[in-house]
Amino acid sequence: MTNAVEQENIKVIVFQLADKEYAIPVSHVQGIEKLMHITRVPKTEKYVKGVINLRGVVTPIIDLRERFELPISDHEETTRIIIISLEDMEVGFVVDSANDVLDIPASSIEPQPEVVGSLEEEFISGVAKIDKRLLILLHLEKVLNPLK
Amino acid sequence: MEVNQYLEMFIEESKEHLQACSEHLLELEKNPDDLAIVGEIFRSAHTLKGMSATMGFEDLADLTHKMENVLDAIRNEKIHVSPEILDIVFESVDHLEEMVMDIANGGDGKRDVSSTVAQLKRIESGEEAAPEVVATVATEDKQQVSSVLEYDSFEQTVITQSAEQGFNAFEISVSLREDCLLKAARVFMVFEILEKDGDVIKSTPSVEKLEDEQFDQQFYVAFVTKESAEDMQKKLLKVSEVEEVNVATINQIQFSEKQQYEASQEAAATAIATVEAVETTDATTAKPASAKSTAPAKADKSHAPVGNKTIRVNIERLDILMNLFEELVIDRGRLQSISTEVNHGELNETVERMSRVMGDLQTIILTMRMVPVETVFNRFPKMIRQLSRDLNKKINLEIIGAETELDRTVIDEIGDPLVHLIRNSVDHGIENPTARRAKGKPEEGTVVLRAYHSGNYVFIEIEDDGAGINRDKVLSKAISKGIVTHEQSLAMTDNQINELILASGFSTADVISDVSGRGVGLDVVKTTIESLGGNISIESTQDVGSIFSIQLPLTLSIISVMLVEIEKEIYAIPLSSIIETSIIRSSDIMNAHNQKVIDFRGKVVPLVFLEEIFEVPRKELQDDEFHSVVIVRKGEKLAGLVVDSFIGQQEIVLKSLGNYLTNIFAISGATILGNGKVALIVDCNALIK
Repeated sequence: MTNAVEQENIKVIVFQLADKEYAIPVSHVQGIEKLMHITRVPKTEKYVKGVINLRGVVTPIIDLRERFELPISDHEETTRIIIISLEDMEVGFVVDSANDVLDIPASSIEPQPEVVGSLEEEFISGVAKIDKRLLILLHLEKVLNPLK
Repeated sequence: MEVNQYLEMFIEESKEHLQACSEHLLELEKNPDDLAIVGEIFRSAHTLKGMSATMGFEDLADLTHKMENVLDAIRNEKIHVSPEILDIVFESVDHLEEMVMDIANGGDGKRDVSSTVAQLKRIESGEEAAPEVVATVATEDKQQVSSVLEYDSFEQTVITQSAEQGFNAFEISVSLREDCLLKAARVFMVFEILEKDGDVIKSTPSVEKLEDEQFDQQFYVAFVTKESAEDMQKKLLKVSEVEEVNVATINQIQFSEKQQYEASQEAAATAIATVEAVETTDATTAKPASAKSTAPAKADKSHAPVGNKTIRVNIERLDILMNLFEELVIDRGRLQSISTEVNHGELNETVERMSRVMGDLQTIILTMRMVPVETVFNRFPKMIRQLSRDLNKKINLEIIGAETELDRTVIDEIGDPLVHLIRNSVDHGIENPTARRAKGKPEEGTVVLRAYHSGNYVFIEIEDDGAGINRDKVLSKAISKGIVTHEQSLAMTDNQINELILASGFSTADVISDVSGRGVGLDVVKTTIESLGGNISIESTQDVGSIFSIQLPLTLSIISVMLVEIEKEIYAIPLSSIIETSIIRSSDIMNAHNQKVIDFRGKVVPLVFLEEIFEVPRKELQDDEFHSVVIVRKGEKLAGLVVDSFIGQQEIVLKSLGNYLTNIFAISGATILGNGKVALIVDCNALIK
């Protein structure tokens, strides 16, 4: 790499969902929690699992598998809730497991491949190839909005 | 200097000082001769100027400085208070407020104030100065002195006798510079000089208080000496940090006269020698000043005991404290259940004691969030003044119960609705003086702003003795706007018609005025108040006046609820909407056009099955013979909420669902239960149509 000096890195949290790895910038992550009791909130979208008591703050929980219309699986020992904060919202994402914290070079991020036709593509802001791993970067605004 | 750290404090304090300025200005308008008030305003302005200069808000400091100059001129009686001058000063305060608001909103506090500054300068340069002040030229010996100090008969005798022995009796007022650091030391130096040349008979405040620095900037001394007034003055001005020294002869005749005058309090007099520190070089050309004996009032005021010591706390910190406390409450719940299981004597006792302490702690944390409504009310006198000028109406504002306390969160929200309602009262309610005279009312209309506690609620009322609501006009307007139909209107009560003005898209003014015609109707007020869990009602009699009454919950953070269970899910129903609970038989349920109803004390009450509304997943169908029903109300209307079972009554801490989940049907919020789980709060208002 010739221009290594100007290389910018983005620190991301990597998590697993179905058979893919996703990434969220660490600046938006408030914490990673183990699964806890979720209180169902009636008359909300199916992917809104309900709310939890996050140290005194009532926090809504979104099941990312359901949000992306992936096949639903039972919650395992590895299931985690990643607490995201975006603008003035705090929301928890249920994911299969939270794996890693990585520095990815900004230059390795490419726009999403256009061939992908699944619903999740609209939530993707780009993909990054690190060694043999393919990380899907989430577009948080789109994951959270619109709530329809 | 790390500015951001202090910015919040600066903004808060600036607001306070500006508020103080406004209040005192209004007072000054009523008593234009009371220079003590000018002093108060000057002090606030001076502090504000210093603060803004330190924080680097030059524009703010600059305008304050100009305003201060005018105040200083008034204080030194170079110019007279007039409505015109007050208008400009009010205008400056308005500008300053805007600037502070701008800074609070992240701006730089810059603002075009050139016209105001020009006017301030014009006033300061004396164009408005009343000529008679300049005209009075004093000659030393003929001076009569209004006595600042009160002398008892013993002191009077001492003064009279020393005069017979050729001593001069002087009353000396010494003003220290505002930035004087060691006031007690300066006092000591002043007294040292005095005692070399004569005897101090009396001082106000007392010597003890002076030594303790319990005085503002000024103190008074009665003094007998053989020296002349000018010499004493020059000597005293040598003491550093002394700003001003006035020496006045105490006239013995005055004692007898004074007694005569005391009843009417009209002791007219003039000071002999007023020399400002900056002009010490020419002490003989003493400047005359009409002393209207307001100084003692000032001295008295400044010695009023300082109120309770307080500390400013960021509301966020209180919220954090509250959250931590709730965590503790949850752990207490767990401890309690453990201790019942273990059944260990000492453990039980400890848990018991802990619960009691936590109860007290909870009360304290909650009361910490309580703020007197005064913080909202105090902006209204100025607003009324401005409104009455804009509209050419005469309005007197009475404020009652400003000390009533409300939760901070409610206080923050209630300001705007009140502004709206008061504007409405002044604009549409109070008639102009001619119309009032024609109706046989006093020309001056009255708006009463009242706050009081009642039960678990705080009531805020805005009452005016104006025109009242014109029923026919309101009705025809509502019908023309399609808010109600003609048929509906026939069945409406007076109050219902009054409340039509709160409907959206409604304005009773024939002409849209600058005051209330800002494109927002009173419906906004209603929405805001209802979102706070409050209620607004209107009483009005035509040509007599109207009362807008707002009912608000004491606090938004803690409410009493009834916890109920529906298939393992726990919901909380606010006690304020519950009338009672009852158990009904299946056979008592009747069908009335597809709606299940029950007969509740002779009233037909519709049933709402919460498990249907909330789509509670059921493992197996239940077919109980008995149903648990919570009878709730919204206004006059009742409904029965059917649940599986009652858990009991509890005080809960209200939590919002956050910004992601907004407008969930029939859910007004959430709370955290003793077991750490979240329970949702049922919004009964949404369930009753």
